[in-house]
Amino acid sequence: MTKETSQPVKNNDATSKTPKRIDEHIVEIVSDSGEGAQKAGQTFGTISAKMGNGVWTVEIIPAEIQPPTRSPAGASGIRVRLGSHYMTNMGDAADIVVALNEQVLYSRIATHAYKPGTVILLENKWETDPNPEIREQYKTAVAEFRENGLVVHEVPMEEECLKHTPKPRLGKNMFVLGMLCHIYSRDLEKGNNEIEATFGRKGKKVVEINQNLLQAGYDFAQGNLDYWYEIPPWKRDSTDPLIVNNGNQAVGLGVMASGMDLVSMYPITPATSASHYLAEVYDKVGGFVHQAEDEIAAVGFAIGSSYAGKTACTITSGPGLALKTEFLALAVMTEIPLVVVVVQRGGPSTGLPTKVEQGDLLASLYGEPGDTPKIVIAAATIEECFHFVIMARKLAETFRTTVILLTDANLATGVQPYPRPKAKAEWMAAPIDQSDWKKGVPPFDWDEETGLSPRPIVGQAGGQYVLTGLAHTNNSKVAYDRESNQRGCNMRSRKLATLYSTLKPPKIHGDQEGDLLMVGWGSTLGAIEEAVDKMRAEGHKVSSLHLRFLSPLEPGLKEIFSRFKKVLTVEINYSDEADAPLIESGNRRYSQLAVLLRTQTLVDVDCWGNVYGQPMQPGLICEELFRHLNAMKGEN
Amino acid sequence: MFGLKADWSLDIKQRYFTLGDYIGGEPRWCPGCGDHAVLTTVQRICRDKQLPPEKTVTVSGIGCSSRMPHYVGTYGFHGIHGRALPVACGIKSRRPELDIWVATGDGDCYSIGAGHWLHAVRYNMNMTVLVFDNSIYGLTKKQTSPTTPIGFKSNTHPKGAILAPLNPLTATLGISNVSFLAQTIDWNPAHLYETIKAAHDHRGFSLVNIIQRCPVFSPEAFKHLQEDPSNLLLLTHEKGIPVEKNISRLFPNQQEHDPSNMSEAYDVALPKLPKPVGLLYHNPDVPCYEDFSSVGKDMGVEEKLAGLNTALDQFAI
Repeated sequence: MTKETSQPVKNNDATSKTPKRIDEHIVEIVSDSGEGAQKAGQTFGTISAKMGNGVWTVEIIPAEIQPPTRSPAGASGIRVRLGSHYMTNMGDAADIVVALNEQVLYSRIATHAYKPGTVILLENKWETDPNPEIREQYKTAVAEFRENGLVVHEVPMEEECLKHTPKPRLGKNMFVLGMLCHIYSRDLEKGNNEIEATFGRKGKKVVEINQNLLQAGYDFAQGNLDYWYEIPPWKRDSTDPLIVNNGNQAVGLGVMASGMDLVSMYPITPATSASHYLAEVYDKVGGFVHQAEDEIAAVGFAIGSSYAGKTACTITSGPGLALKTEFLALAVMTEIPLVVVVVQRGGPSTGLPTKVEQGDLLASLYGEPGDTPKIVIAAATIEECFHFVIMARKLAETFRTTVILLTDANLATGVQPYPRPKAKAEWMAAPIDQSDWKKGVPPFDWDEETGLSPRPIVGQAGGQYVLTGLAHTNNSKVAYDRESNQRGCNMRSRKLATLYSTLKPPKIHGDQEGDLLMVGWGSTLGAIEEAVDKMRAEGHKVSSLHLRFLSPLEPGLKEIFSRFKKVLTVEINYSDEADAPLIESGNRRYSQLAVLLRTQTLVDVDCWGNVYGQPMQPGLICEELFRHLNAMKGEN
Repeated sequence: MFGLKADWSLDIKQRYFTLGDYIGGEPRWCPGCGDHAVLTTVQRICRDKQLPPEKTVTVSGIGCSSRMPHYVGTYGFHGIHGRALPVACGIKSRRPELDIWVATGDGDCYSIGAGHWLHAVRYNMNMTVLVFDNSIYGLTKKQTSPTTPIGFKSNTHPKGAILAPLNPLTATLGISNVSFLAQTIDWNPAHLYETIKAAHDHRGFSLVNIIQRCPVFSPEAFKHLQEDPSNLLLLTHEKGIPVEKNISRLFPNQQEHDPSNMSEAYDVALPKLPKPVGLLYHNPDVPCYEDFSSVGKDMGVEEKLAGLNTALDQFAI
């Protein structure tokens, strides 16, 4: 069925009788936007998870709204990493790629997504396109890809699809899914069920066409491609049920589970999809998504609700965080519980809205006018995106302050199975107290030891007080004397010391001492630990630790650092390279976590990171570790 | 005993709130400032309507007017510049039973908070919004405000304000969902009382622009209104602000204006002079946002857990 002009498709490595057993693979589907690549990949991920594989999927999002077709800027699609173990990150180079045109592959090649040997299953209809320019582009690209070591197979996807539908552009993704289902020995019935679930609403005929295309892709791969693999299921310790979703959906579920019944937001990528999800389901728990007129109003609205006893949440990204800063300072100063979820991305404006960065750490800690001690925590996994929202509300109310929960674009769009949370009543906010306020107790009845105080809720008779952003006494009265503000600041800062005293030192991944300790936070967990495992397997004395609490920091860091010859932060953040021109110890700009750790521990913490706008990859970390270990050997 | 019947009963109100219950700290406004009149009027209305102080919240931004929460005995929220309305709306969103008063000014509301003003009118949440419009920034000492007359000399425009002032009345009338718009003057206590009371009676977002004298920084801005009442136009109507005869005769210019007539309201609001005094527009039928935002507020934990589990089911594998 493949054209004579195509490369031979049979792969000599594999036998056609039994599938080759492999531990893991990275698969990509890349196309113009609107061709359903993401849908196909998500479904492939779901089928794989249902068959017991560890899965991590990440979307490939075009940089423009309507990029021209067949352009590198328009690359849209998905990466699915699946294997016989728990998957925590997107990995390095892809193993098999399905591409619906050759141009979109250029942008993937530019991001080093492929390696020599990566198999490309490429739609070949462009070879006979009526436009000679396109035919030429296609030929050139295929030759170029092969020259660079990619194994290109030209597949007549359009031609095959036309046998089943007059509009192949709409159904080709299911053909692709069918091919992948055969290549990875997926249960086709599960594919049919997913199609039924997705297209059921559109009627029987649509379901049938898509199922036919799925079957056609499956049959085509069976008859024409010798890539045939088996990835045994991930052997879990537990049989607890799993759920699978992305980090923003996990945040939304966490909001519901926390008992917070108001989310106040303004649209901003990549945070918005959390609110989209909530807008769909929040009424099941009696909640409401308020779309405010701007970022400032969004946080002001949440603060109003929290002030009235209904602790609320606002979900945003870096530029939104910047706009909210005055209100955040007010919330901290007036001790209003508030949860702010910041889904980090790169830069201001439309900067790198769909790309990942961890650039809001210091802004979260120090971005407000005046002294603003608040709690800052960061989720490292999709599961933590869920549980940390619940923790955030509890912390906010217990410590009567603002809690910023940091996630990022990688977690927001990454999809991973995790144990289904067992919903608990104690996660939910208690009904608000409307009993009479105890006579004589001031609105800020600070405990000198902890800085904590009970909070009068509107409706409590006798508790009337005026919350004010002006310096105030413990009676919330405007104060002009020098001691009152000093005392208020003391008390608010003491709350963080109180929280610190309840935290455990972080766990170390790997040996408790050694040559090099990597310190990370947020979505880089999976990549960092995978790199550590690889390095340790090769005999290197490398360990890592991952921080969840950034303000206050987790205890014991200085002592832990002292057990390693070198401490290195790994972040998706900018830092000057130590040996860059003009850079010396006095002017080197460290990445954000390194700045924080150096300040708090006085240890000479080094840093490494990048701002490629991509999730952290284990291979890149290993390369960097070798560089440091070799340099250390040289020093010895 | 004493010949009393067994079913004798006396209807005694459990609590009766006096003016004292609505008094907070001692006002620190300048002598002669119009804010004093607004404050005492609000306190009287609270007393007359017996609003429970613990169920009432006075919200403000920053400015002279925004000190008001400190001077009333209710719960209060003295926030940040321009942002009283988002906070007030947030309070109301899940606690619709609370009575919300907002104190703001021409700078706070019509300049730095202008975006929130437009959208709060659209949300139409039930609250009484008093704009203390003295045509000047007072707290920061005499800068041009959006309603400062053209040519008026301030510290930011020592040669005179360059721009024509913003007309908050026509601007508000142009916003969809506008449901209550009135204008009054601080030096007529009876009209001030009746206007604010009508605003509070209305279920929805009631905006009252109060022409309010600043004796320190902009006394000349109101002189022509006080000294020549023909520069004012009293709006009268059975559906408008009730005006006693002894008050009515202070206004040589009067116009019968039906507050449900939007285009007439616009005609009345548009001219620089005479300034309308009374109810410009009233539509009691505009839906209130809290009717949507508060749905589910009383849901019990069991039902919430069930809802959460249904949501989790969708992701089960």
